[in-house]
Amino acid sequence: MPDTKAKIALELNGEPVEVAFAPHKTLLEVLREDLGLTGTKHGCELGECGTCTVLVDGVPVLSCLVLGLACAGRRVKTVEGMAEGGKLHPLQHAFAELGAAQCGYCTPAFLLAAEALLAANPRPTRDDIKQALAGNLCRCTGYIKIYEAVEWAAAQLRGEDAQPAREVLYGHP
Amino acid sequence: MQGHPPRRGGLRVVGKAHRKTDATAKVTGATRFADDLFLPRMLYAKLLRSPHPHARIVRIDPSRALALAGVKAVLTGKDLPIPFGILPVSQDEHALALDKARFVGDPVAGVAAVSEEIATAALDLIAVEYEPLRPVRDALDAVAHPEPRIHAYGDGGNLHKLINLEFGDVEEAFTAADLVREDLLFFDGNTHLPMEQHAAAADWSADGKLTLWSSTQTPHYVHRALAQVLELAPARIRVIATPNGGAFGGKSDPFSHELVVAKLAMVTGRPVKITLTREEVFYCHRGRHPTLMWVKTGVKRDGSITGMHFKSLLDGGGYGSYGVASTYYTGALQTVTYHVPRYKFQGARAFTSKPPCGPKRGHGTPQPRFALEVHLDKIAEQLGIDPAELRLKHLVPPNSLTANWLRIGTMGLGACIEKVVAGSGWKEKFRKLPDGKGIGLACSSYITGAGLPIYWNPMPHSGVQLKCDRGGGVTVFCGSTEIGQGSDSILAIIVAEVLGLDPFDIAIVTGDTDLTPVDLGSYSSRVTLMTGHAAIQAAERARDVIARHAAQKLGIPPERAAFADARVFDVERPEHGLTFGEAVQLAEAAEGTVGTVGSYTPPPSAGKYRGAGVGPSPAYSYSACVAEVDVDAATGIVRVPKIWIAHDVGRCINAATVMGQIEGSVYMGLGEALMEEMAYRGNRNVMHKIPSLLEYKSPTTLEMCDVVTYVVEDPDPNGPFGAKECGQGPLLPVPPAVANAVYDAVGVRIDEVPITPEKVFKALRRKAKGEEPRYGPDRFPDILWPEPIRVPPPWEGGDGTATDGGGRARTGKVVAVARETVRGS
Repeated sequence: MPDTKAKIALELNGEPVEVAFAPHKTLLEVLREDLGLTGTKHGCELGECGTCTVLVDGVPVLSCLVLGLACAGRRVKTVEGMAEGGKLHPLQHAFAELGAAQCGYCTPAFLLAAEALLAANPRPTRDDIKQALAGNLCRCTGYIKIYEAVEWAAAQLRGEDAQPAREVLYGHP
Repeated sequence: MQGHPPRRGGLRVVGKAHRKTDATAKVTGATRFADDLFLPRMLYAKLLRSPHPHARIVRIDPSRALALAGVKAVLTGKDLPIPFGILPVSQDEHALALDKARFVGDPVAGVAAVSEEIATAALDLIAVEYEPLRPVRDALDAVAHPEPRIHAYGDGGNLHKLINLEFGDVEEAFTAADLVREDLLFFDGNTHLPMEQHAAAADWSADGKLTLWSSTQTPHYVHRALAQVLELAPARIRVIATPNGGAFGGKSDPFSHELVVAKLAMVTGRPVKITLTREEVFYCHRGRHPTLMWVKTGVKRDGSITGMHFKSLLDGGGYGSYGVASTYYTGALQTVTYHVPRYKFQGARAFTSKPPCGPKRGHGTPQPRFALEVHLDKIAEQLGIDPAELRLKHLVPPNSLTANWLRIGTMGLGACIEKVVAGSGWKEKFRKLPDGKGIGLACSSYITGAGLPIYWNPMPHSGVQLKCDRGGGVTVFCGSTEIGQGSDSILAIIVAEVLGLDPFDIAIVTGDTDLTPVDLGSYSSRVTLMTGHAAIQAAERARDVIARHAAQKLGIPPERAAFADARVFDVERPEHGLTFGEAVQLAEAAEGTVGTVGSYTPPPSAGKYRGAGVGPSPAYSYSACVAEVDVDAATGIVRVPKIWIAHDVGRCINAATVMGQIEGSVYMGLGEALMEEMAYRGNRNVMHKIPSLLEYKSPTTLEMCDVVTYVVEDPDPNGPFGAKECGQGPLLPVPPAVANAVYDAVGVRIDEVPITPEKVFKALRRKAKGEEPRYGPDRFPDILWPEPIRVPPPWEGGDGTATDGGGRARTGKVVAVARETVRGS
């Protein structure tokens, strides 16, 4: 184990940051242990579950498979960077309102993967959403409320005055 | 405690769709899960685990590990010699294996070091000498090989528990039947797979006080286990259940890692944290028991059941866990859906050399429900009756007793069946879809909490304390544990309803043994019902105190004081009132601090026979499910495009979380139906084949089906505002509905879950060769059952007690103790 720390500079959630860490550490570990951003979670640390997803230069990556060193000079976004000025991102708002976050453990990863999807495709179909989120496991929701939240947030981001259908929250008559 | 009729003006908060009180923290990453805790000077712990499935530990030498720079302590079995276990009858675990390792992954030593890397490196330096013993591969192997025994206790050889219960003469019932059918089915083991790996952190203060933070569903039981194993006064231990990142039953036992990390904190005097790897979570397991089942039912031509005989054999793994309760549960709820006038149940649980099985969502009931609903589908076909009609015609009546003395309250299964039959177009599709496409139906029921606690005692199952603040806020303290199901919100909504407040004006403090009164934990779908009643009682008591003084101020009799919109006012002149905060101040000035308590104990069970403790519940939920499948005959691959599910929840407290629980249950049932299995290498090593999220298949967005949900509300007098459970029941009908749909699609019976392509393909090959078009088990082993405990069903006289003790096995060994201490879970 090397005892010399490496130091990098990166843009983290819109702000310049310098951080020193043991050079073998993954981005996941650097975020959680050296930068104190525990909103990024881990489910396997083997690149299997998607729970540690963050955005690097706007692209969803598995932070457990990326070395911290590889992020020098890059733009990293975590769930802590989604709300602006104390106001939830429309995705966060929709996830909260519809119960798309149950235990909430996989939620940061889903939010960021969905944000990347909506940046590239403001009007995704249900199948587009399924494809974009296929690398993220959730054991609580059955994904249904997540799809519905992404669709609602997408509509809000497009400026539409959308509300979820009654059966989303109360079931079919 | 009886029902709570709607207050004046109806329900204002209960029943609507609410954002959960913790939702904002969860979508911003602010929620602190156990592994998110970083304490000053914290050490990191790792566990050394057995590489052998069954081995005597001859010698452990930790000296080289202790010599490694950065290692602060090493523990072995002798440091924590007192056994523990969740059930009083199965105190068979040690924090670290004392003399024997009982599965690959059984913890044998624990290390604390200044970093996780050093702790991991130290594990390799611990020398353990093992003497391998013959492992037991599965339940059949356990029946065939009573020696060498995995445990020295149990009901003989490698059988942990044997149950034989008889409610009326089933043989006579079979002779009175027009059709008697037998089936053999198998439900393979699967696991909870919460996204959060178990983690715990402990802190030992110099004044002799231990604090443990843990991702546990049952802080109360962890508290008990810590006191027992560490020999500390319970008053010196504080257990804080951190929000669970998914649990599903997998975090409801006290665990080795919790005890080890606590002891390491005591030994080192520093905070210590452990976070399990994903592989280790597979070793903790406590998931679905692989269960072999035989069922024999007699029916009349109209489909009415004359009698049923059900046998189950559970593969328990290396320790008891909840297994005795699980075994009872494989025989308890067969009677609560369709009228079964006579019923016999024989259940056996085997010890095997694998990670222990325990309670996973539905605890012991998805397996028999799969067997029963597939069996009924076959009976309906033989009788030429539509399977939906067969079920509808023979429903258990509401407000009745079953053959095994379970007390049914409201019963919405008929309404559920009608919803999914109409919604799915069942009548136009059943046996009418083109080859390869099929539709199947199944139903189920589940308990809303167990009628009796795990440890017999006369105290409440749930307690709530409530504090009203001068500023108009209210804080609710309750020992319940938020595992994502939304239990914190239930407390907020119920208190808000009673006191006329906004749920977000209510602060919730839960899952902390120092701060909150005991709630037994988040398991057996008990939380909404039990904490709900306790919260209602506490809130109503607070309302009475506040109303008294507000009414005096308003010059009205107290019964005219109404609570709504954060005001207390004259119900006859709503504009004449006070703010809630002003009313609290009046009450506090007159009587001192406004604090109240509430608690809940379930009603007594009807059955009084030994074993009657598992099955009784204040209320039973009901579900009906229709699944549509596409089966590719060339590959055997089954795809499920859509599921219709109707669930009788009594009444929604939070409609949004009811929907989430139902959809999540369907998802988990679909995974169990199609792909999830705890697979072990077939040789004698009994190694888990696939301890990873990649290889343990669970549905992704690409496999998950569309779900059409119907919420059936028929308020149950035993539920808070009429509510029954919804977090587990809707899982149960999914696997049998899928199996029945596969038969409708391609004419083969897959009497085993998961329904993998290989099984479907093999059954299709058999069909093509003119052999029995089926894949499934072919025998139930001979088991030396103890003499049955005979209890006449209610309609055959008696009062729920056994007519003969039947407590002796044929070997003459006393099987049952005078008072069965396992009451449920």
